[in-house]
Amino acid sequence: MQFMLLFSRQGKLRLQKWYVPLSDKEKKKITRELVQTVLARKPKMCSFLEWRDLKIVYKRYASLYFCCAIEDQDNELITLEIIHRYVELLDKYFGSVCELDIIFNFEKAYFILDEFLLGGEAQETSKKNVLKAIEQADLLQENQSEDWGGLAAEEVL
Amino acid sequence: MALKIVKGSIDRMFDKNLQDLVRGIRNHKEDEAKYISTCIDEIKQELKQDNIAVKANAVCKLTYLQMLGYDVSWAAFNIVEVMSSSKFTYKRIGYLAASQCFHEGTDVIMLTTNQIRKDLSSPNQYDTGVALTGLSCFVTPDLARDLANDIMTLMSHTKPFIRKKAVLIMYKVFLKYPESLRPAFPRLKEKLEDPDPGVQSAAVNVICELARRNPKNYLSLAPLFFKLMTSSTNNWVLIKIIKLFGALTPLEPRLGKKLIEPLTNLIHRFLSSVIAVLISLSSGMPNHSASIQLCVQKLRILIEDSDQNLKYLGLLAMSKILKTHPKSVQSHKDLILQCLDDKDESIRLRALDLLYGMVSKKNLMEIVKKLMVHVDKAEGTTYRDELLTKIIDICSQSNYQYITNFEWYISILVELTRLEGTRHGHLIASQMLDVAIRVKAIRGFAVLQMATLLDNAHMLTGNTQRNGICEVLYAAAWICGEFSDHLEDPLQTLEAMLRPKVATLPGHIQAVYIQNAAKLFATVLRAQEGVPDSQKAQETSQLLIDRLPLFVQSANLEVQERASCVLQLVKYIQKLQQKEVAVAEEVSALFAGELNPVAPKAQKKVPIPEGLDLDAWINEPPSESESEDEKPRAVFSQEEPRHTRPRHTEVDEKELARRREARKQEQANNPFYIKASPSSQKVYPEVPGVEHIPVVQIDLSVPLKVPGMPMSDQYLKMEEERRQKEKEEKKKKEKKKKKEKRGRGRKHESGPESEEDITPAHTVDIVTEEMPEVGSRINFALSNDCPPSLFCRPLADSEKLPVRTHRPTDILKSPVEGAELESVSQEPKKKSKKDKKEKKKDKERKFLSMLLYLRALLSVQVYDIQGNLQDGSQVVVSVIFENKSTSFLKSMEFNVLDSLNSKLQRPDGAGPHDGLSVPFQLPPGVSNEARFVFSVQSIVMPQKLKGTLTFIVKSEESSTHEKLDFKLHFTCTSYLITTPCYSDAYAKLLESGDLKSSSVRLEGVSMSFHHLLARICFHHHFSVVERIDSCASLYSRSIQGHHVCLLVKTADQTVSIDAKCDEPSLLGNVLDEIKQTFSMC
Repeated sequence: MQFMLLFSRQGKLRLQKWYVPLSDKEKKKITRELVQTVLARKPKMCSFLEWRDLKIVYKRYASLYFCCAIEDQDNELITLEIIHRYVELLDKYFGSVCELDIIFNFEKAYFILDEFLLGGEAQETSKKNVLKAIEQADLLQENQSEDWGGLAAEEVL
Repeated sequence: MALKIVKGSIDRMFDKNLQDLVRGIRNHKEDEAKYISTCIDEIKQELKQDNIAVKANAVCKLTYLQMLGYDVSWAAFNIVEVMSSSKFTYKRIGYLAASQCFHEGTDVIMLTTNQIRKDLSSPNQYDTGVALTGLSCFVTPDLARDLANDIMTLMSHTKPFIRKKAVLIMYKVFLKYPESLRPAFPRLKEKLEDPDPGVQSAAVNVICELARRNPKNYLSLAPLFFKLMTSSTNNWVLIKIIKLFGALTPLEPRLGKKLIEPLTNLIHRFLSSVIAVLISLSSGMPNHSASIQLCVQKLRILIEDSDQNLKYLGLLAMSKILKTHPKSVQSHKDLILQCLDDKDESIRLRALDLLYGMVSKKNLMEIVKKLMVHVDKAEGTTYRDELLTKIIDICSQSNYQYITNFEWYISILVELTRLEGTRHGHLIASQMLDVAIRVKAIRGFAVLQMATLLDNAHMLTGNTQRNGICEVLYAAAWICGEFSDHLEDPLQTLEAMLRPKVATLPGHIQAVYIQNAAKLFATVLRAQEGVPDSQKAQETSQLLIDRLPLFVQSANLEVQERASCVLQLVKYIQKLQQKEVAVAEEVSALFAGELNPVAPKAQKKVPIPEGLDLDAWINEPPSESESEDEKPRAVFSQEEPRHTRPRHTEVDEKELARRREARKQEQANNPFYIKASPSSQKVYPEVPGVEHIPVVQIDLSVPLKVPGMPMSDQYLKMEEERRQKEKEEKKKKEKKKKKEKRGRGRKHESGPESEEDITPAHTVDIVTEEMPEVGSRINFALSNDCPPSLFCRPLADSEKLPVRTHRPTDILKSPVEGAELESVSQEPKKKSKKDKKEKKKDKERKFLSMLLYLRALLSVQVYDIQGNLQDGSQVVVSVIFENKSTSFLKSMEFNVLDSLNSKLQRPDGAGPHDGLSVPFQLPPGVSNEARFVFSVQSIVMPQKLKGTLTFIVKSEESSTHEKLDFKLHFTCTSYLITTPCYSDAYAKLLESGDLKSSSVRLEGVSMSFHHLLARICFHHHFSVVERIDSCASLYSRSIQGHHVCLLVKTADQTVSIDAKCDEPSLLGNVLDEIKQTFSMC
């Protein structure tokens, strides 16, 4: 996978993860172009899009579009499955996730993504394991922040 | 300090945290930019504070702003600061920010190397995890080079959480720093059989991605992946493996055959893998029509599905099949045409791709008509351009094979010129030229169409960009000029070509215009000269003289040159015309003669000049080949012997089969015959070769159209029949000749009749003999095809485990061992001989406990027990099995009664009492080696394990089941690994005071000190650190990292060994074992 973007129906970027090194300018250009193209597509159309020499796999969940760019030889269905799995993970973690959860806890959304994908490849296919790892890391984080000057975890973030 | 912290936290109360920032942005929708710029100012203030919590908060906010598109590169150093916090809470944020904001150009990345290294080796697995995750996003070639080793170590981390991350990130490291691939590969391969499924799938992922880049290096892994494919239940892994095979099958066609069965099973099992399967099938299956049929049928179901995604994928896969098996796709034309009407552009594009293979003479016009409708409807230039190229592709394929009416095609091309903004003007133009030149009958029509185009050129010149539609004018002008005879009104066309507007066209088109204006001028002159009114001809000349100067001033050199040439010519003509000289004929002569297209293969038609013999030798040929060359080709029987080895001619087929069988068995059992890559054999003794994957005939429910006989076979058969026929005819002739008794010299030539008789046998022979050759190609693919022979070569670095061999007495005589001993001893020869004998004895005794003979049938012999450096709890035991009987031994099963401390590693799913099958069989007199891995918990005590070997003895008439008990002796020595140590490090180690000491004295040791040291080093895996006279320090390390230091002194046949180790009981046992070694002398 080359990159993953999350954006709203209004075209606002909510999350971006790039697995290929690109300059900020290039990233912005790609994002703008893709958001436009994907938003222009009708709901009943298929989730695949040929764009430049890449394939774009996207799916809409409520008001959010999840959009991944893969190479030509990559499997489209498994990419859809990755998107779905990520949504499930977010859902489990936040408890019926909504766009606001991701906006306000965007670092958590990244942590979950990082635990699930690494370098653009699926790292852990077990939902349980991903959530366990995140929960334990969160626990560690909370313990540490309690140690520190009595600040609550929320405040530190 | 405390006050500062409290102050900091009070300050923080008033800071914005991320939530506040987000809320603020949402509340300032109108003046977002202004709000954010004040936020950034605040953040800059926060970053200046010492409090790391404040900094982390600021960095977190920056990360959010970065996503919104604001430049935060100025804060890169602060991000590094937060990364290096010792608190996980902040480290996590720091790494997240780094992974989002850093890229290869970020200069502070250089500063992070040591921090990352520290985090990688942190005792907290989450620190390590966060570092790995971050690194995966911003790894640079420098980081990859510096950290490759650290990451490689993490691949064998005890926690699967870290292992899988380390494995995955290795892929990124390989990309950035390819040199790391070779040393890391063995470990990566090991991870394919990791007990944790997450790690396993990570390893599969990485190897699949690697293989996609360079498949041939990974052919040797095919058997392993085959095993994984048939055993794995994880769809994610399966799909990756199928993809990998997709890359491998084109390189090794035999793999395809073996894959058909499991893949067909997969197709039936789940839909999601279907696509993956299909794609690999279509790329790899040479001629398996049954599976292709099955695929196409399944695909039709997909395409008919209401789910757009499936439809898309179905079409995508179909197009892959189309490339190799166009026929099987053609029957689904209706479906694909239907998809052309789909609302979704992605699907239409896919369907377009497929159309290429769908057309026939009958339906071409209909299909193109449909496409033209789409062209009109299409919005968006990309899709329209795609349509345009497809139309042309479809029509022009295989030399316009499907076009029945070229007038229709020309009008299609002309219609296409009406497309605005296309980038394929050049393509249309070349089609026009091609058709007009090659299809003579169409020229009249084409020229008329082109003349209209030229007349309406203003419609096309709007778009003068490169490759724009104006390119068409190039073709139009050329066609009108070259075939001007067909023009109805050449003068009008000439006028159209000389309009001032033409000067705005690209240079190369103007040049063509001028050249062809000249041609047209010639035609016009010819028409006008016949007419009594000569004024007209002069008017035409005047027209050119008026218009051409514009082009003479052109900036384009080509245009300028041609224009001035033509202008002078016309001026001269006008002069002649004024003298009333008829010039038309001469002007036409300038352009006389037809320009003919030249076929690519036209060279073949050129007759070879007389006397030119391309086959003749320029220099004197070497004598051998000369004689061969001179043999008359006509005599069939004489050509044959070249392929024949005379001795083989008598061998009948049965004998051949027998020999082949024997050879295969010999190879399978010969430990020195390199079968698969040696490293794979080492680690996975149970892996069978490609040959061992069963090829199963499958019964497909789909009727087969073509019987599964490959072409070559048919050819072979035909050839055989032909020969048979010839032979019979020849015999008849021969008989006739004999009867007529006309045997002359000719009979001599066709003399060796017997050879002729066995030709069919030869062909069979050649075919079968080729098989092992192909086999060896896979086996050696790594070493042959890639010069540095990536993974086969033993690792040269210090990581390689030293292999110490304890050989049985009878093998001791082998020259290698002898040499080893020689080099060890520097004593006078006599003594060394004695010594050797002693050594032999000693070895014999040592192995007596291990060697077990059972009814003189089979010897099982522990050849080596070796700790695994990479895994502190693993010991690899090599066992040599030697068949001493005259019967065939098979189905050997090796089992050990596990103790609490040591366990035989069994494959997943096997019970704790199941045996491991030995991966080979033993013909009489053959020995072979197998390796077994044991996991050991504590290594401080020596251990004995009881085991049994069950096997079947198969003789000519009967087979019996036998059992053999044996004991495995794990000495403490076998847990030690020779590790070199420098004297200063050694001194530090001794000074550290962590080591417990112990000592032992050996009396009556008569050997030289040098020899004594050599013996300790050899038998007990030590290395000499320093030696001064009769005193030496030695060092070794256990697989679990215990240091063992020895100080050996000798005086008057007494050896005293003072030893230090951080584990006293291990030390005691090692010393005991050393004592025993010397007491046996």
